[in-house]
Amino acid sequence: MIRRERTVDVLVVGGGPAGLGAGAELAASVAGRVEILEREQTAGGIPRHCLHGGFGGRTARGGLTGPAYARECVAAAERAGAVLRTGVTVTGWAGPLTVDTTAPTGLERITARAVVLATGARERPRSARLVPGTRPPGVYTTGELQQAVHLHRQRIGTRAVVIGDEPVSRAAADTLRVAGLDVVAMVTDRPPSGPLAPTRLRDRTPLLTHATVTGLTGRERLTGVALRHHDGRTTTLRCDTVVFTADWIPDHELARRGAVTLDPGTRGPAHDASYRTTGTGVFAVGNLLHGVERAGVASAEGRAAAVPVLRHLAGDAWPSDRPSLAVDAPLQWIAPNLVGPGGDIPLRGRFTLRTARRPASPLLVVRQGGRELHRQRLLLPAVPGRPFHLRADWLDRVDPHGPTVRIAMS
Amino acid sequence: MNRTITTAGALPADLPGIPSADQADPPVYDVTVVGAGVVGTAIARELARYRLRIALVEASDDIGNGTSKANTAILHTGFDAVPGSLEARLVREGQRRLLAYAAETGIPVERVGALLVAWDQEQLAALPALLAKAERNDHHAARILDAEELRAREPLLGPGALGALEIPDESIICPWTTPLAYATQAVRAGVHLHLNCRVRHIDSGVDIHTLSTSRGPLRTRHLINAAGLHADELDRELGHDAFTVTPRRGQLIVFDKLARDLVSHILLPVPTAAGKGVLVAPTVFGNVLLGPTAEELDDKTATGSTADGIALLRERGRRILPALLDEEVTAVYAGLRAATGQEDYRIQDHPDRRYIAVGGIRSTGLTASMAIAAHVVELLGASGLDLGVPSELPPVTMPNLGEAFPRPYQDAGLIAGDAAYGTIVCHCERVTAGEIRDALGATIPPHSRDGLSRRTRAGNGRCQGFYCGAAVRALFEEARP
Repeated sequence: MIRRERTVDVLVVGGGPAGLGAGAELAASVAGRVEILEREQTAGGIPRHCLHGGFGGRTARGGLTGPAYARECVAAAERAGAVLRTGVTVTGWAGPLTVDTTAPTGLERITARAVVLATGARERPRSARLVPGTRPPGVYTTGELQQAVHLHRQRIGTRAVVIGDEPVSRAAADTLRVAGLDVVAMVTDRPPSGPLAPTRLRDRTPLLTHATVTGLTGRERLTGVALRHHDGRTTTLRCDTVVFTADWIPDHELARRGAVTLDPGTRGPAHDASYRTTGTGVFAVGNLLHGVERAGVASAEGRAAAVPVLRHLAGDAWPSDRPSLAVDAPLQWIAPNLVGPGGDIPLRGRFTLRTARRPASPLLVVRQGGRELHRQRLLLPAVPGRPFHLRADWLDRVDPHGPTVRIAMS
Repeated sequence: MNRTITTAGALPADLPGIPSADQADPPVYDVTVVGAGVVGTAIARELARYRLRIALVEASDDIGNGTSKANTAILHTGFDAVPGSLEARLVREGQRRLLAYAAETGIPVERVGALLVAWDQEQLAALPALLAKAERNDHHAARILDAEELRAREPLLGPGALGALEIPDESIICPWTTPLAYATQAVRAGVHLHLNCRVRHIDSGVDIHTLSTSRGPLRTRHLINAAGLHADELDRELGHDAFTVTPRRGQLIVFDKLARDLVSHILLPVPTAAGKGVLVAPTVFGNVLLGPTAEELDDKTATGSTADGIALLRERGRRILPALLDEEVTAVYAGLRAATGQEDYRIQDHPDRRYIAVGGIRSTGLTASMAIAAHVVELLGASGLDLGVPSELPPVTMPNLGEAFPRPYQDAGLIAGDAAYGTIVCHCERVTAGEIRDALGATIPPHSRDGLSRRTRAGNGRCQGFYCGAAVRALFEEARP
């Protein structure tokens, strides 16, 4: 018994919105075989278990639910002629463009002319956030919670606390309410966003701001979440369920185990506006690049990667020694984060950024070495946990042989 | 084969496998082992060779569920034990026995070797004495490395490492498979395992001990106390006051598998007057461990981690292996070591009382477990119990949880025979539906999600259930009666 060796033209790893978008667009224009591998039994990625609406952007009136959107992404890829295989896990690399897989049908070694990584992002669990205390049942991430409630109809508990105040945190609270739980509080360590009291209501639930989780209690079952407030007060919220939301990290194991450099800010593959990583022939799209953007953005990136993949298949040279883009605190990351060769403009002509704090000044300044390339005043406030954007029309001023391009809040 | 595991309700009123006419009323076990940790299960396994009626009683819902599940998972050589002590002898002998047993049953072991790294002149000056101690403990493979040799072995060590003592035979082992293998073999050989069975009081008569348990009375002629953290309480029930167990908490941080390439050896601290310090060690699961703390506590249930403990470990870890701290943390846990204030094991037999206390088995207990068991059975034989002739134990093969050995997801032949081994459920740890099914149907099945994780690794990975948690829970709940 050995590994079956096969070749394909384009191999897409991950069948979420980004991978399915890439597969759909590529299958429509590549003469050869475009294969998408999804390790779960059902493709569609995270939207599969997001029962709330709002998916599909402006194209769908009123928005689709997550599962409906996931099915639409799958249908589009299959309609275009991509081969979608579920229950197939890529377990590692056997060459620069060769991967090993495990599936119920056996082991394979697949070599492609181009590999598109679309392995997504996940929320950091309690342990990675270094939250001390006991390790009782009742501790979730949104991903696990939504699957438990929407895919498996499991019993969750009675009283829940949600850690985080981002769109996904509110989705978690909604899921908890659907499952019959009382959401007693949402907690964020960020300061209040306006001149309001540190506690206000968020969808009928108190939002506790400037509060740090200092521990979990309970043995057979979670009994509480201990908090320290900004003024030094400590309290324990009594609950049997806690959901750690947001704090996304790209699921980058496969990228890292390949010859792909990670960006220190995003922790996803460093990439240029053409989704080229530092590994020749290896592209990356979607939330693997920047945990986390909306599903529609991930899908659009997947589709946008088709043209550069085609150029690579046609024999375009792979760029090397590109200057990278880096941010200064409180900025956390920028994507794309490599400067591509001439004329390479990011999706919608703009970069995406995140900040850890609301900046004192809304002025973004771009410099390379001592040279200022661009400055731009943000029209909308930059909010932690939300994307904001930097125009890309200064890229032609970058010295392609120069040092790192730095972006700072002035 | 007659296998008896009970988890709830009153303890059986008769002993299955024994014709009821032959049974005393109520039944009496020949030997009862209290505590199904790594020591208790090893003793039960060793006793199972003999034609005896044996009970293994455990307060929690699983074997290996106390101190045994939360240790540093090192198979020690005993190079630094106190020469001439009981611990030194049992660790040395236990290491040899467990190495052979692991090879036979499939318990993952990796001989990675250890380096006792000296970070200052005082520690460097302590190395020759440690080398001499290793020699006195009959360990002759150790040698002292200078800074350059050390750097060549571990290039990512933090600045300032001056030298090291190398102990090539120190190994890492799976702490969960070991007691599970012992208990599986014991149960298959006829030992009765009673879970959720907490011993509350003991009445010792002339011939028989009557244990009042949370599940009713249990009668036994001989009693072995392997109750770990609670061994002192049990000892006092029998009228002794020989030792007090003070829980010593050890917090540990488990780093992501992507950190595994940062370190090749177990990096041990050099013990000094200031304390034992923390270690960095690879695990057989392919992670890297940082810890433990050493906190003397009163509370035998205080297995929570603390912000101070985590901060201390991170500070120490940054000195030892700076790049480690840039990696993601997969888990933080804490275990309680059974310290007795004495630097040796407290194995005391009371032949007149038909009682053996196996106390003070500290962090070396995993390594020494098989030798402790042999020692205890020898004491039991010398105390008047007619053991009879030992027979061969039924062989066991444990599912491999180690990264250094082939796992089902990599085995084309296995998958061709059964597609469930090609169906990966837990993606981070690459645990298949076949392995989960096997664990749920094993001789000693798990009775909790955590128990399933210890048998398969399912859910123990970097995502801690973000992807697979609900699916693993569904499989677990489907299999529950």
